[in-house]
Amino acid sequence: AEEDFSWFDLTEIELLRVKCLPHTLDVLRASSLYTPFHIQLSHKTQRARAHRRFIELLPPESRNVEDSLRVRVSTEQILTLPELKANPFRERICRVFSTAPERDSLSFEDFLDLFSVFSDAATPEIKSHYAFRIFDFDDDGTLNKEDLKCLVNCLTGDGQDTQLTSSEMKQLIENILEESDIDRDGTINLSEFQHVISRSPDFTSSFKIVL
Amino acid sequence: RRSHESKREEKEGGNTEIKARIPQRKKDIRRKRREVFGEDEWSKAEKSCNGKRKRDWKTSHKEQKEAKNREKQIQRKKEKQLKKHSSSPSISNSSDNEFIAEEEMAHIMEQVEEKKKVIATIRNKPWPMMKKLEVLREAQAFVEKFEGALGKGKGKKFYAYKMMMNKKWIKFKRDFDNFKTQCIPWEMKIKEIESHFGSSVASYFIFLRWMYGVNLVLFGLIFGLVIIPEILMGMPYGSIPRKTVPRAEEEKAMDFSVLWDFEGYIKYSALFYGYYNNQRTIGWLKYRLPMAYFMVGVSVFGYSLMVVIRSMASNAQENTGEGNGDNFTFSFKMFTSWDYLIGNTETADNKYASITTSFKESIVDEQESNKEENIHLTRFLRVLANFLIICCLCGSGYLIYFVVKRSQEFSKMQNVSWYERNEVEIVMSLLGMFCPPLFETIAALENYHPRIGLKWQLGRIFALFLGNLYTFLLALMDDVHLKLSNEEAIKNITHWTLFNYYNASMWNESVTRPPLHPADVPRGSCWETTVGIEFVRLTVSDILVTFITILLGDFLRACFVRFMNYCWCWDLEAGFPSYSEFDISGNVLGLIFNQGMIWMGSFYAPGLVGINVLRLLTSMYFQCWAVMSSNVPHERVFKASKSNNFYMGLLLLVLFLSLLPVAYTIMSLPPSFDCGPFSGKNRMYDVIQETIENDFPAFVSKIFGYIANPGLIIPAILLMALAIYYLNSVSKGLARANTQLRKKIQALREAEKINKSNKASAAMKSLQDTNNFKNTNQLQATEEGKLCWNSPLTPLQF
Repeated sequence: AEEDFSWFDLTEIELLRVKCLPHTLDVLRASSLYTPFHIQLSHKTQRARAHRRFIELLPPESRNVEDSLRVRVSTEQILTLPELKANPFRERICRVFSTAPERDSLSFEDFLDLFSVFSDAATPEIKSHYAFRIFDFDDDGTLNKEDLKCLVNCLTGDGQDTQLTSSEMKQLIENILEESDIDRDGTINLSEFQHVISRSPDFTSSFKIVL
Repeated sequence: RRSHESKREEKEGGNTEIKARIPQRKKDIRRKRREVFGEDEWSKAEKSCNGKRKRDWKTSHKEQKEAKNREKQIQRKKEKQLKKHSSSPSISNSSDNEFIAEEEMAHIMEQVEEKKKVIATIRNKPWPMMKKLEVLREAQAFVEKFEGALGKGKGKKFYAYKMMMNKKWIKFKRDFDNFKTQCIPWEMKIKEIESHFGSSVASYFIFLRWMYGVNLVLFGLIFGLVIIPEILMGMPYGSIPRKTVPRAEEEKAMDFSVLWDFEGYIKYSALFYGYYNNQRTIGWLKYRLPMAYFMVGVSVFGYSLMVVIRSMASNAQENTGEGNGDNFTFSFKMFTSWDYLIGNTETADNKYASITTSFKESIVDEQESNKEENIHLTRFLRVLANFLIICCLCGSGYLIYFVVKRSQEFSKMQNVSWYERNEVEIVMSLLGMFCPPLFETIAALENYHPRIGLKWQLGRIFALFLGNLYTFLLALMDDVHLKLSNEEAIKNITHWTLFNYYNASMWNESVTRPPLHPADVPRGSCWETTVGIEFVRLTVSDILVTFITILLGDFLRACFVRFMNYCWCWDLEAGFPSYSEFDISGNVLGLIFNQGMIWMGSFYAPGLVGINVLRLLTSMYFQCWAVMSSNVPHERVFKASKSNNFYMGLLLLVLFLSLLPVAYTIMSLPPSFDCGPFSGKNRMYDVIQETIENDFPAFVSKIFGYIANPGLIIPAILLMALAIYYLNSVSKGLARANTQLRKKIQALREAEKINKSNKASAAMKSLQDTNNFKNTNQLQATEEGKLCWNSPLTPLQF
């Protein structure tokens, strides 16, 4: 039965938002189903997988289609996913993709958004846009020195012996700004970031999560 | 949305009717919608998720901007449209209305196109899902409403039919694409490896899979166009001398040891060159087998060349501007070094460590780039190391030559032992196994940066393999020339044997004498088959050595470390020998050279590609298992994709180098007189001449005569050289323009900063002036001044 619900109809989502009668939902389910537009995962097995994984995160009483489209999953739950568990940016990722007011929970659509940006089918522009937002720790629209410092600390891990000394950090950040800051204002904005990323041959292949 | 819902309310009658009608009506709407967005969305989807990643960054960025602008226009137009809709009831979505004016129709069509473009580009927008859903819903409702109204008069139905067929075709393409994506083999296996070992180890397996695909196509070509026609339509085994095992070898022809050496029945089968008959056409289809053999041989190289270059070009498109002075080492390390596919904490820890090390290294690099201690000692050591390595290379080359010569003497003797029969292959494999570590130890003298050291190492291994292969070929060439010089003698023997047979006094005149049994006819030594057999044996021994190395070197070592650790004095897992890491470069080079051997040998042994396909298939499963069970993730996690083009370039070089011997033998050596599809001709390429003269109309051979004229070919080559020079200078000019633009941006920003600081100083001045007069004015000036200061680096602080 879970296989049917991997295909979503816009009307279905619409109806659910206005709390339709349960049996119309059954009628819809019984009719022919086809693919929605907004999922950039390239084929239906990936969509089915996404929905299945999302449902696994929900508490047992709301593991059906209507609830799965309404309920939000808290960030702690999302962080238990094996794909995100080892990622140093996992909290930032959840924050960036969350559309809740307190940015602490993800609905199914946010979940799909997340995996579609990280999938193979997303364009490099989309990936770099979201990467910028993930790296922007203070959410001010530019990467300043503090953001870069947090970034380096995330990348070097949590251990004491793997962190860089402050002089090394300073040197590193200066070098980075020297390379990427075209207009020399001390911060990296979105277009400069996208310019750097477009030159990187590895970005698209490493900025990828496969369910 | 408003219009859509209002429409729905119009049509919905009482509650009871809804339940009966909704499913059907919704089906219609859904079908229309599906077809509408299906068309545009998936045409974009095909381009973007085809796995080939041919994305033009600039144009799609432009498209994004255009689409955004257009979207605003659309919103405005939509509002106008809604007003129109409410005021002009004649525009409805029923297709019976024929009074739509020309102008309005063009206007509507334009809007519909815009909406469709929005639908198509919506997946490129970095908006949250809800926003995308809303925009899409509006766009779709609009398109659906007015699409049916676009055709007018009698052409309407045809237009609607055309649109429907178009949509069906798009849907079919989309489904086929989905199916194709599902057909890609081994996706889950590779994903598992990626999450454990990172993208660099997985890139080896992706390369292996790509090679498998290429070999499968080559196998299809050879099998379908050469082997199958000969088996089905050619003369069967035993009918002519070249297809029969000679009488002298017959008793031992079925022995396993003979078969293992690819003699006996295997030698006289469709796997090798010698089996093929030189009949011009075979079977009722009049299939021209010699021509097909030649063309397939050429197209194997042509297809491989095309596929390698296409792959290199698509890789190169992703690294735009590698060489025009943009050095982003630190930025790349910061922004792109984390591999998001890593799902394993152990790998993640390794990755943290390697990132830290690489940061520290590059910082130190940058600081010490001008420091060089004791240049002379370093230079002397490097020269010494290179000298030692060149000695090793020459030594291995000579060893191979010597061993091949010895094996030729052995083949003349009887009762050779197993070692003597396989000496050549054993020696080559041993050299391939032990020389690279030797090179690495010698390279410790050189004291290079690890990345540079790795490049030297790879270059040296490449030289080793190449030297070995070419020495092997040279030794083989001697053998070939020897065989060719014996041919005259054997021709005479054959002629006299047949003559004597038919003129012997035993036979009566009246009885038709049976022809001499093919097994008894004296045979020439078929040099092409010998060459083919040598390559097949080399490939098979290479396969065996690889598999045995993995089994012993990785698996048994892992078993030993795991199980003996309990009762050993020191910690086997942390110290020596510990678990092995997956040797990416060694494996990739092995794959490349194996492919080079296949390319060289496939002309003389058509069955070789089939053997390779089997080998790649088993290799995939075997190595996946070996990696997951016996290897640990690398301590220094390398990024593979940058070297992807390096390996492709190596493959291209190997392709050219393996083309050379084959081209040489085709052009300059005469084929054997009694075996193969070209027997009896002066040169192998004469088959083309023959086909053009006999099978094509007369003017075609004239045309070919003109084209093959050197007076035409040399100017064509000059023209191509000029084109390369021109393109080179164009790209240099573009790089220069790039740097100038960058300087311009910097200058603009400087000017802005100066402006700001001027404004600020002016504000401060006016502040000081008004300070003496009013307090309220002072406050206003402060506000103005503050507005100018949004940059953290403004020199003036307030």
